[in-house]
Amino acid sequence: MFYREAGDFKVSYEQDSQTFPIKFDRYRYYFVLFIAFLVIPFTINDYWASAILLPFLIYSIAAIGLNILVGYCGQVSLGTGGFMAVGAYACYKLMTTFPEVSMFIHVLLAGGITGVVCVLFGLPSLRIKGFYLAVATLAAQFFLVWLFNRVPWFYNYSASGQINAPEREAFGILITGPNAPAWATYLFCLIFLTFCALVARNLTRGMVGRSWMAIRDMDIAAEIIGVNPLKAKLTAFAVSGFFIGISGALFFALYLGAVEVGEAFGITKSFQVLFMVIIGGLGSIFGSFAGAAFLVLLPVILKVVGVDVLGWPTDIVAHFQLVIVGALIVFFLIVEPHGLAQLWRVAKEKLRLWPFPH
Amino acid sequence: MKMKLTTLALGALMAAGPAMADLVFPSLSYRTGPYAAGGIPFADGYADYFTLVNERDGGIGGVKTRLIECETGYNTEKGVECYESTKGEGALVYQPLSTGITYQLIPKTAADGIPLHTMGYGRTSAANGEVFGNVFNYPANYWDGASGIINYLLDENGGDLKGKKIALVFHNSAYGKEPIRTLEELSAKHGFELTTLPVDHPGQEQKSQWLQIRRERPDFVLMWGWGVMNQVAIQEAANIRFPMENFIGVWWSGAEHDVMPAGDAADGYKAVTFHNVGRDFPVFDDIQKYVVDKGLAAGAGDQIGNVLYNRGLYAAMLAVEAAKTAQEMHGTADITPAMMRDGMEALEMPEARMAALGMRYFGPAFNVSCENHGGPGLVGVTQWDASSKTWSLIADFQKTDSDVIKPLIDADSASYASENGIEPRCQ
Repeated sequence: MFYREAGDFKVSYEQDSQTFPIKFDRYRYYFVLFIAFLVIPFTINDYWASAILLPFLIYSIAAIGLNILVGYCGQVSLGTGGFMAVGAYACYKLMTTFPEVSMFIHVLLAGGITGVVCVLFGLPSLRIKGFYLAVATLAAQFFLVWLFNRVPWFYNYSASGQINAPEREAFGILITGPNAPAWATYLFCLIFLTFCALVARNLTRGMVGRSWMAIRDMDIAAEIIGVNPLKAKLTAFAVSGFFIGISGALFFALYLGAVEVGEAFGITKSFQVLFMVIIGGLGSIFGSFAGAAFLVLLPVILKVVGVDVLGWPTDIVAHFQLVIVGALIVFFLIVEPHGLAQLWRVAKEKLRLWPFPH
Repeated sequence: MKMKLTTLALGALMAAGPAMADLVFPSLSYRTGPYAAGGIPFADGYADYFTLVNERDGGIGGVKTRLIECETGYNTEKGVECYESTKGEGALVYQPLSTGITYQLIPKTAADGIPLHTMGYGRTSAANGEVFGNVFNYPANYWDGASGIINYLLDENGGDLKGKKIALVFHNSAYGKEPIRTLEELSAKHGFELTTLPVDHPGQEQKSQWLQIRRERPDFVLMWGWGVMNQVAIQEAANIRFPMENFIGVWWSGAEHDVMPAGDAADGYKAVTFHNVGRDFPVFDDIQKYVVDKGLAAGAGDQIGNVLYNRGLYAAMLAVEAAKTAQEMHGTADITPAMMRDGMEALEMPEARMAALGMRYFGPAFNVSCENHGGPGLVGVTQWDASSKTWSLIADFQKTDSDVIKPLIDADSASYASENGIEPRCQ
């Protein structure tokens, strides 16, 4: 009944190759965009913005970035936290050096700088593979955190080594700092997320994405059929770094406002984003959203249910959170090793045939 | 039936309405994670004092207090969630017990007009009330702590530290880095040699730092640690047979759980403090009578009288006294965060006031003013006795070196003011 293709005729190549070929899917997509851009900004408050929506949007960008590297190109990376730190510190240095420039440009530049750094750390991937590459990116994680802690230039010689986001604007609207309105920070992140998701989706459908997937599926075979592994791997690192850098910049400037590198961008951050990608589904844009939502929203929901509704002690709830989230991760990976995205795919298949499965 | 349920629910909401008039004190605590050992006693002490005020005095000025606890796990992201979810409840003052969360909340609380009290942690230069109108860190800050330790060592060494070697083992974070500037200034002034040894979060791995200490043989070791780092450091010091009486921690590195794991080897370890230790105060009888015996003690109820429990108690007491001051100033029992801020700024804590609360000599006597949000910075020294398992105050609260600290505070707060375009108040 839903997702019916009957009667939905494609008469041009453009129609045939659009992102959402099924009409119902396409309208659902427009509907989500409509709600996100035109309804939520008018109803949002501080709590929803800073506690739920901003982390969801920002982690989604990070998960899309990592998904390109791990899910599409098959290069395991444990350096996400370090690369997010590059984005954050690049953004901080740009914000404090060029205060009059729009935040929009700062965030994009921070992404670009992270892309370059990511390519540098991606160079070893041409020689080492699999677990060994994971260890090499782990080295990047520790090196970058150490660097931002060690060199005072990065934190403008402040006594504590913290970086604080000063008030900055984009299009004349305050975007960072405590006085920035909730809707503005939300929309700013949403624009970046939409942009990243569109770029990622279209890259992965095109020639670049196909060469990534060829490398992922079997690198020797890919090389024989003419895929250049140097180009494919390094473009994956560059694009992934660009997205992760954007997420790091937003994470620092809009979400937290003050950051200490070891605490905010430590190894746990790398694992958190990797879990999002794995739970959401490797090699799926939707999976990145689903994984980010799962790991951001579930603890908040559990907290609200446990503390506010049931009135349990906060420490018991915090321990339960760990247990429940851990158990759910194990459960999902056993029942559906391909992540939430696969569940969604299966559900769509079922709905397509419903109510007459054969 | 459904109608009835809705009406009932509505009725319940209406009945819960007047509860909004409570005086709300959020407690951003951490009872889980790597720093829980320090977070639990503080949160218990903080909660128990408010319970005591409700049970014994019927609240503050006749209005009940309501404590909202929110678990941060010492994590800044959860700290944001906690702040946003509690600020709408009419929170009067925030005490996050984390320097990382403090740095985040300084601009946010300023925008929302809610005072922030960071007692002995947070941003040291917030002591300058001309720039940080909303932030208070009385009665003492990190730089007072650093200076207090050096003053104590000067006293012990006949006023001369020339040529002595002092090593600082610190948590490699904003918190641990705070005293370095002051110690550098002091080393120039008194002619001692300073070595800094960073320890990365969470601090379980300190072999190389202590190897260096063993090699360089400093005369004294200072520590700026928190959580599991403290007990590991004390154990390592015992392993290299470093004389414990020459090992001095800041107030966040001097609680029972820090020294217990090393057993007898920790005997003689010292820490500075800005409040008294032990449970030899009349207020503890009240806590026994009104809180513990009624089964209202927070947490497991096994922390009463511990160093950090006392600190939580002290923090809550200062908050309650500030609220009382605010009620007198504005002539209303139902105070807002802005009134609370005024009360904190006008807070006076003479010994007589503390004695009336059953807490004589629990902390130093001090006044807060518009210019000075940091109090007088009086610092005492405590020492651990492993055989009786008690901390005792071995040096009374004494003045710290404001000649060194004041210019540093002025410089750091001036740079914050220029970064954020803040005009000095208090004119």
